[in-house]
Amino acid sequence: MKEFAELIRTIDGTNKTNLKVAALTQYFNTAPEDDKLWTIAILSHRRPKRPVNTTLMREWATEISGIPMWLFEESYHIVGDLAETIALILPTTSEPSDKSLSQIIRELIELRKKSEEEKKKYLQHNWLKLNYYERFVFNKIMTGGFRIGVSQKLMTRALAASTGIDQDILAHKLMGSWTGENTTFQELVFEDNEVAMRGKPYPFYLAYAVEGNITDLGDVAGWSAEHKWDGIRSQTIIRAGELFVWSRGEELVTDKYPEFQKFLDVIPNGTVIDGEILPYKDGEIMNFNDLQTRIGRKTVGKKLLADVPVVVVAYDLLEWQGKDIRDLPFEERRKLLEELVEVVKDGVPFNHSGSDQPIPRQARNDNSNVDSSSNSDSGSSLAVPLLLSETMHFNSWEEVAAERNKAEERRSEGLMLKRKDSPYLVGRKKGDWWKWKVDPFSVDAVLTYAMRGHGRRANLYTDYTFGLWQDGELVTFAKAYSGLTDAEFRQVDAWIKKNTLERFGPVRSVTPHHVFEIAFEGIAPSKRHKSGVATRFPRIVRWRKDKPIEEANTLDDLKALIPTDGEFL
Amino acid sequence: MSTPLLQFTSKGIYCAAAGVYLDPWKPVNKALITHGHADHSRWGHKKYITHHDNVPIITHRLGDINVSGIAHGDNLVINNVKFSFHPAGHIPGSCQIRVEHKGEVWVFTGDYKTEDDGISTPYQPIKCHTFITECTFGLPAFKWRPQSEVMNDVNEWCAQNHADGKTSILFAYSLGKAQRLIKHLDTSQMKIYCHGAVYKMTEVLRELIDFPETTLVTRETTKEELKGNIVIAPPSAHGSAWMRKFVPYATASASGWMTFRGARRRRAIDKGFVLSDHCDWDGLLESIDATGCENVITTHGYQEIFARYLREEKGLNAMSERTQYEGETVNESESDVESESEIEPVKTKSS
Repeated sequence: MKEFAELIRTIDGTNKTNLKVAALTQYFNTAPEDDKLWTIAILSHRRPKRPVNTTLMREWATEISGIPMWLFEESYHIVGDLAETIALILPTTSEPSDKSLSQIIRELIELRKKSEEEKKKYLQHNWLKLNYYERFVFNKIMTGGFRIGVSQKLMTRALAASTGIDQDILAHKLMGSWTGENTTFQELVFEDNEVAMRGKPYPFYLAYAVEGNITDLGDVAGWSAEHKWDGIRSQTIIRAGELFVWSRGEELVTDKYPEFQKFLDVIPNGTVIDGEILPYKDGEIMNFNDLQTRIGRKTVGKKLLADVPVVVVAYDLLEWQGKDIRDLPFEERRKLLEELVEVVKDGVPFNHSGSDQPIPRQARNDNSNVDSSSNSDSGSSLAVPLLLSETMHFNSWEEVAAERNKAEERRSEGLMLKRKDSPYLVGRKKGDWWKWKVDPFSVDAVLTYAMRGHGRRANLYTDYTFGLWQDGELVTFAKAYSGLTDAEFRQVDAWIKKNTLERFGPVRSVTPHHVFEIAFEGIAPSKRHKSGVATRFPRIVRWRKDKPIEEANTLDDLKALIPTDGEFL
Repeated sequence: MSTPLLQFTSKGIYCAAAGVYLDPWKPVNKALITHGHADHSRWGHKKYITHHDNVPIITHRLGDINVSGIAHGDNLVINNVKFSFHPAGHIPGSCQIRVEHKGEVWVFTGDYKTEDDGISTPYQPIKCHTFITECTFGLPAFKWRPQSEVMNDVNEWCAQNHADGKTSILFAYSLGKAQRLIKHLDTSQMKIYCHGAVYKMTEVLRELIDFPETTLVTRETTKEELKGNIVIAPPSAHGSAWMRKFVPYATASASGWMTFRGARRRRAIDKGFVLSDHCDWDGLLESIDATGCENVITTHGYQEIFARYLREEKGLNAMSERTQYEGETVNESESDVESESEIEPVKTKSS
């Protein structure tokens, strides 16, 4: 535990990527294999299930700290992180112990089965045997959310440096549903275990947003465009007669979408498709909010299946005939994908060996941009819930821009631009793929309430509530906590502390004085919100110091932005 | 009910019986001053009365003012009210002010800490009925390690930088923290260079305290001579062009706020040392116990939370008062002498 805590401390204490990678590499060079495995697991969000809920953790920590519960809660509000608060308020260690990381994790796994009394005894005993950073790490293993500025990419880089294995190959090996409990470091990193690899997704290739002028991307002829669908990015794997559906967050979601089992009937083994899961009914893409009703469910009932059927809208083909084809040019991968979709969408199994496949038609430029020509009448019951995300080719960037402006009517977020000869890369990379989203909606709103932030903004008032005018009053419409610079946050924070009207626990109401431009991605009528409007991803765009509050927008201005066919949230 | 001996007014803490203010934040005729930090000794009073040791500090900062010095424990009687100054241990010269009138005793702490820092006259608890205490770090999350341990860490860090061929830049307030570091830095293999503000204040304090040699960084100072040595600068220098001279360097900040990972990470500094000139949680509670007081007035810091704790858990008659001392608004700064450093340049990532 000492070494792991020291590693976290080093990483935590620097902003420099090189130092973080060096510390991780050093750790991977020297730590025992079990500890390395668990380190990889923890840093890739595969911590073991929490043995104790946070309410009990707070109570038990407060008890041995000898402070009242309310004081713990106040401290937590100010510190902003539970693991850190507990580590700080506990009495200082007198007799430290040194258990290894893997031993502590084994004990925490065992602890799940124990009685509450035993759990309490274990935690209180062990807290007192750890120093501040070990405690912090110990708590973090239980509470999760190890946000210490180490991405999976960074960790993979260090592991590659330590093992000599190529970074992209490692990234692939570390994907999937392994846990620290069902594999070993050797097996995970060094062995090519076919069974273990069977369900493994490839690392997703992610795009950055276009910066600057779109024409900087060069000759438009080198680019393929498609709509950026607003659903769940996913990878669909068919291998050895089994289906695996992965979300971008590396969550195996196969069971949430039983309709995709049909793929097994028609798509050959050794196929991996990159696509978007979208709610799709009566030949049309439904609202993202409809999809949300399915995301949260553990079991999917018949009614929900009928109400919100889903499809995979395919973007790309990563594996074909059991071969990793990510290095092929995008155009060639797409050609294979189009051939596949063309055959199977009508429920016809694709047969690799057969040369009697129908010659694929060119995707037509119909109005839906998802090629579902033969199914447009079949309602929720597509033969196979697989569509193609149509690629488009333009003669000028003006045409591309015009297509992007149709995003709202197509229910997309904008366009994806992919270089026609680009391989499928690992992770977020600049150059070959770009997302070019439509400009979000925005209004000018008045700051009405503020709350302290969390984590690095603990102790600063950075979480704001905004109001719009209605009949001479400000009606709350959104909360936002990102978009200002640290310097701006400090200015607003200082102003808030001097202009507080009332306090409600951690929340303060402030004198209406400041106007901010708030942008959001989507808008829909809502019965749950006082304003009658729900916005998606609201964020602060800029501080409108030039505007008096009288010039902020009205609630009616906001409602006018709701698309006419908007459904209730 | 009679008028309290000390009242919180718009100009500052006021003793009506004597007609004087303690650490006022608006210009007044007669001000009793606890210590030389800018939020406690402000500009514009007609008459300043303070401990001897503070006189050179305050005149260095405020220039030509009417100030008189008094020794620890000496009585100053104004209209039958007895005032005396007692060590507060916060920075060199810092005092608590004891006020006695008709058998009633109040103590105003100004800023204070209980640990002996080796440069300030150590804090002495004073018996009183009513104790006006700061509580900048009045939360149980704040616990200081002994200075010797923290300074070991600082010296180890500097030595490592030296070995790596880097200059160590330590950010610290130019009055108090800077000298505390200078006093305890290991100068056996490194020289200490100072930013102008730190250098001048240290020169002023040499009248009172022995310090190792310090060198002012000037235009003529060469990159080569600085390499691998230590630079002490106020936090406002962070991110400024002035720092280019020191490349390659590593930066650190020494402050009680470094307790929070958030505070450490927000600023683009490499290392945070938890070293404060204020009391930690236990220090505050011990001091209050030692005064034997019945009433506590908590000022700058987590004053409401702290007052509630004293009421509910300690059975004291405790309340909080708002002041204009800079305890609460700061996120990582203890009040600095340079008021222009209020908004420090910080590398930001807009999220």
